Amino acid sequence: MSSPLLTATQLVKNFGGLNAISNVSVHFDQNELIGLIGPNGAGKTTLFNLLTGVTPVSAGTISLYTDHGVKTVNGQTPAQVAQAGVSRTFQNIRLFKELTVLDNVRIAMTNHYHEGFISSLLRTPKFYRTETAMTVAAEKLIAIFDLSAVADQPAKNLPYGVQRRLEIVRALATKPKLLFLDEPAAGMNPEETADLTRLIRQIQQDFHITVVLIEHDMSLVMTVVERLYVLEHGALLAEGTPREIQQNPAVIKAYLGGDA
Amino acid sequence: MQTIGQQLINGLSLGSIYALLALGYTMVYGIIKLINFAHGDIYMLGAFWGYYVINVLHFSFIAAMLSAMLFCALVGVIIEYCAYRPLRHSPRITALITAIGVSFLLENGMSYLFTANTRSFPQVIKTVTYHLGSLQISNVQLLILGTACGLMLLLELIIKKTTMGKAMRAVAVDPTAAQLVGINLNHTISFTFALGSAMAGAAGVLIGLYYNSIDPLMGMTPGIKAFVAAVIGGIGSVPGASLGGFIIGILETAVQAIGLSAYKDAVVYLVLIVILLVMPAGIFGKNVKEKV
Amino acid sequence: MRTRLKANLVWAGLMIFGFILIDGLEFAGIINTFIENMLVTIGINVILAIGLNLIIGFSGQFSLGHAGFMAIGAYATGIITPTITTIGGFYLSMFIGVIIAIIAALIVGIPTLRLRGDYLAIATMGAAEIIRLLINNLKITNGAAGIFNIPALASWATVYVIMCITTIMTVNFIHSRSGRAIMAIREDEIAAEAMGLNTTRWKLAAFVFGAATAAVGGSLHAAYIQTIAPSDFNIMASIAILIIVVLGGVGSITGTFVAAIVLGALDTILQNFGTLRMIIYSLALILIMIFKPAGLLGTWELSFKRFNRQEVADHE
Ligand SMILES: Nc1ncnc2c1ncn2[C@@H]1O[C@H](COP(=O)(O)OP(=O)(O)OP(=O)(O)O)[C@@H](O)[C@H]1O
Ligand SMILES: [Mg+2]
Repeated sequence: MSSPLLTATQLVKNFGGLNAISNVSVHFDQNELIGLIGPNGAGKTTLFNLLTGVTPVSAGTISLYTDHGVKTVNGQTPAQVAQAGVSRTFQNIRLFKELTVLDNVRIAMTNHYHEGFISSLLRTPKFYRTETAMTVAAEKLIAIFDLSAVADQPAKNLPYGVQRRLEIVRALATKPKLLFLDEPAAGMNPEETADLTRLIRQIQQDFHITVVLIEHDMSLVMTVVERLYVLEHGALLAEGTPREIQQNPAVIKAYLGGDA
Repeated sequence: MQTIGQQLINGLSLGSIYALLALGYTMVYGIIKLINFAHGDIYMLGAFWGYYVINVLHFSFIAAMLSAMLFCALVGVIIEYCAYRPLRHSPRITALITAIGVSFLLENGMSYLFTANTRSFPQVIKTVTYHLGSLQISNVQLLILGTACGLMLLLELIIKKTTMGKAMRAVAVDPTAAQLVGINLNHTISFTFALGSAMAGAAGVLIGLYYNSIDPLMGMTPGIKAFVAAVIGGIGSVPGASLGGFIIGILETAVQAIGLSAYKDAVVYLVLIVILLVMPAGIFGKNVKEKV
Repeated sequence: MRTRLKANLVWAGLMIFGFILIDGLEFAGIINTFIENMLVTIGINVILAIGLNLIIGFSGQFSLGHAGFMAIGAYATGIITPTITTIGGFYLSMFIGVIIAIIAALIVGIPTLRLRGDYLAIATMGAAEIIRLLINNLKITNGAAGIFNIPALASWATVYVIMCITTIMTVNFIHSRSGRAIMAIREDEIAAEAMGLNTTRWKLAAFVFGAATAAVGGSLHAAYIQTIAPSDFNIMASIAILIIVVLGGVGSITGTFVAAIVLGALDTILQNFGTLRMIIYSLALILIMIFKPAGLLGTWELSFKRFNRQEVADHE
């Protein structure tokens, strides 16, 4: 058993009368690739929102294991959660549309390159040094994802699939330990999806990070993840390896059965 | 105690003017998300219209007010057609600057045509002051309050009961969907401007009667105050605009009454800021959170 | 490295050329006091509008209270320089004005910057009016009458140089980590937060920076015009600055220059039209907006290089 990275216990989220998440407990370990599946409206995105601080929890605790010990992250702002090493993409792409690909990535690096406010106004050598180092790092990341050719394009000009890829690059640029990907392959054809999945697997290993993946394409999820959580109606239906999930009667009934 | 009652009466009279004006701001904002900066100047036009028809054509008060409402409704519709309609799909800040341009045009156009002088409004109704115990209330105040409340009720009825009113509400919620169900966007927006401007026209005649003086720049300050009233009430909300108007009217008279008239506007703005900090969308406004 | 240097040299050359040109024309007597007045007004308007463009165009926060911060700078100079009538006194007063404006911007910005769009506009407008009404009622500011006979400690050259410095600083702000952060927040606040940006802090940085430049503009205004009154800094004054920003193009610094020059020239030409002046002005405003809804220049910027890409190419 590897060491834990994030544990969430007894999470609850109510939207008015709607129980979007009820008593969900999950744990993600270091260097894991985890899948999160469930039918539409099951609460997958809401769970991501809770874990990243975008939506405040109604009840429950979220603990993040950082280099500086265990940190309770519920109640913190999304920015604080991100600074603690949690990053994400959005189901409905949220890029900085008017800004270039390069800038989208550099913005995510803001907290790692301190050029100093005054020195940026006065353009001191320190400013240029930091700026160049940052740009070089951004370019490297962009190259890994094959985006160098469009680095100067505004994000809004990119095709849909490329925008999704850029969102992943941007999330990685914050140097996360834990990365949440909300339907990264949505709208892609099977071939693109397979490529993307390989890429996700690869970055998870190369960057030594934990990736949690929401995906509707079951065949894909099953082949790539080590462990799966299944949500239904805001509650945890099952947890286990892909093989266990495929054989779980409740899951078959509720989810796979429905599909077949 | 007696002064508090008295200030309340004065505050309500003033507040009903703000409320009438705020209604125009709130309806227009609700439907096209534009701060119609020229709205205060429509009220000035209403006052001038009243001045001329009473002085020159010897209209009665009622006739003067009704014709001012009609005239202002027409002006409002024309302004929307010429200046705002071409910009419906432009950045909102562009439309705002255009509205400011229209406001400048009306103010300076009127100053050019009729000089910038202040003139006294004809007193078609002889002021009679009634004494209720120690309280004083004039027939003009009663008239203002009564007319304003009557108009607000009428407006509420139009919005709630008529087809046009329903169309207005539909467009305010979702213009695209409203068009899909067959609502004519242009007609609805024109109608909204007509209604709002008519209210401003009535307010113009009433204020002329109340303060007895009018000038081409008279719309500037009340216009801004009325907009603040609309924001306090929750912009887009009709009852909110009325409530906001009364709150500002009462606040102003109260601050004046305790001898701080120099800070009367400052207090209004302070209250505005505090209300927004507590209720970021005003009293009756809905704070829509973006879904992630 | 080389491209950066070249571009910077072109800019510096342009600024020096502008200075020599005005100086030459002034010497030749072509620029009379009337035209000098126009040039100085344009310069001060550029300073004011650039700061507001940073707030509105780049950080996407709709502020309508710029004149309030301008008033702080103007009154700092108006109060201090009659006592310390030296150039040093003028710069001291400008410095103090900037500091007070920064403090005021923090007090106004920390609570209000979480409001959105028009609500923020109306709240900042209210805050600026409160500042003005305080000035209107204080003894030290001489109330509604204002301050006369402020020592003439700013020449056109002072305004020109400070305009250049303000522009350079603002452009440097925009092309830095801070600039990218505020633009990210403008584009998508939720995504920016999820990327670890403390949105309040960055919005505040832009707001405070803009307020500081407004104070600089106000200080120059007081020292050049030599007379100030609270009514110079009312809502209409804030709107006048807003008009420059929107007319030039929200998000274009070049546009701000163009709009300030166009409006300054228009104003000077219209002086001869007497009372028709404001009518023509307002018609022009309406027509420009209808036919050029994105402003004269949209978001276009004059540029002599493609900084970031080149920089990396040079580095590698
Ligand atoms: N901000 C919100 N306010 C009110 N209800 C919400 C909000 N966000 C989500 N919900 C509701 O919570 C439930 C779960 O939604 P969620 O988006 O988490 O589902 P999901 O599993 O991500 O579905 P999908 O596969 O369609 O993305 C839905 O019924 C949704 O309508
Ligand atoms: Mg979802």
